[in-house]
Amino acid sequence: MKWGVVVFPGSNCDSDCIYTIQDVLKQPVETLWHQDKDLRGVDAVVIPGGFSYGDYLRTGAIARFSPIMKAVEAFAKDGGLVLGICNGFQILLESGLLPGAMLRNTGLRFICRFVTLRVERTDTPFTNRFERGQVVRMPIAHNEGRYTVDPATLKRVSNDAVFRYCNEQGELIDAANPNGSTACIAGITNSAGNVMGMMPHPERAAEPALGSSDGRLVFESMLNACAASR
Amino acid sequence: MLAKVTVKLKTGLLDAQGKVVKGALEGLGFKGISEVRIGKYIEIDLHGLAAPAAKAALERMCRQVLTNPVIETYHVEIESSAAKPIAGKSKKTARRRVLKASARRVKVRK
Repeated sequence: MKWGVVVFPGSNCDSDCIYTIQDVLKQPVETLWHQDKDLRGVDAVVIPGGFSYGDYLRTGAIARFSPIMKAVEAFAKDGGLVLGICNGFQILLESGLLPGAMLRNTGLRFICRFVTLRVERTDTPFTNRFERGQVVRMPIAHNEGRYTVDPATLKRVSNDAVFRYCNEQGELIDAANPNGSTACIAGITNSAGNVMGMMPHPERAAEPALGSSDGRLVFESMLNACAASR
Repeated sequence: MLAKVTVKLKTGLLDAQGKVVKGALEGLGFKGISEVRIGKYIEIDLHGLAAPAAKAALERMCRQVLTNPVIETYHVEIESSAAKPIAGKSKKTARRRVLKASARRVKVRK
């Protein structure tokens, strides 16, 4: 399975994603520059975290118009696997590939720490290696992570939430919602299930030395899904 | 012509910044503030377009780039270029031109 990691000016988690795919999963990976117009035949695209285009105007607002995103949008509409992490999630929201938008954390602070997440769905290409209801640990590192969606859309997409912020017992309580996200949503897929965005960083939790290996399962799930579709 | 775009967070969405600023203002003793909401103001200097084409272009800019319709609303005001004081003219003439231009201001959308 050939992976692609998109690099924008201001991306800063691209190397971590490449490391996870190449050194932890032992899979080939292509670096896709934001000015590229094609995806060089990759089987899955990862849009990493960072501050693409300096977060000017709104997070992800400028990145979504870069040449590579036209190719990513076509790839996603064709059923290709696309994972957006943190700023990558924000870019997917801006591009309309996922529903909703991001606002500043309710506490107005940049939050960088481990959080606990409840796995809501295991029938997606991104979570087939998890158990339903499993509580996992991954770090977040963001200032604009308050997932926001209007009530009507929430009704429609609630079932597409894949990860929700929770306490260690798996309960969805306000105290465990670090940024004020609607319905504690930390990660969500599109209705087709082939595009997922998540604020927590699975690539920063892919080896025991990093304090958690739970994030590795996201990448392994994608590997599984890709192998199964062949 | 000069386009002035105001971007606001949709009503009902929590404006965390506004809430903190309200607290700071009240901390300084300012009374009677029921809410503070913080938005964005964007100026776009346009040339070579007739007013209807400019309005249409600005609408598209707002919808596609300048705002995220999920969380924001916008308002565009267009000022004709005569609003700018012209170099060499007396201050009085320039001021009259500004006043005339403000009277011609077109409201595009609320």
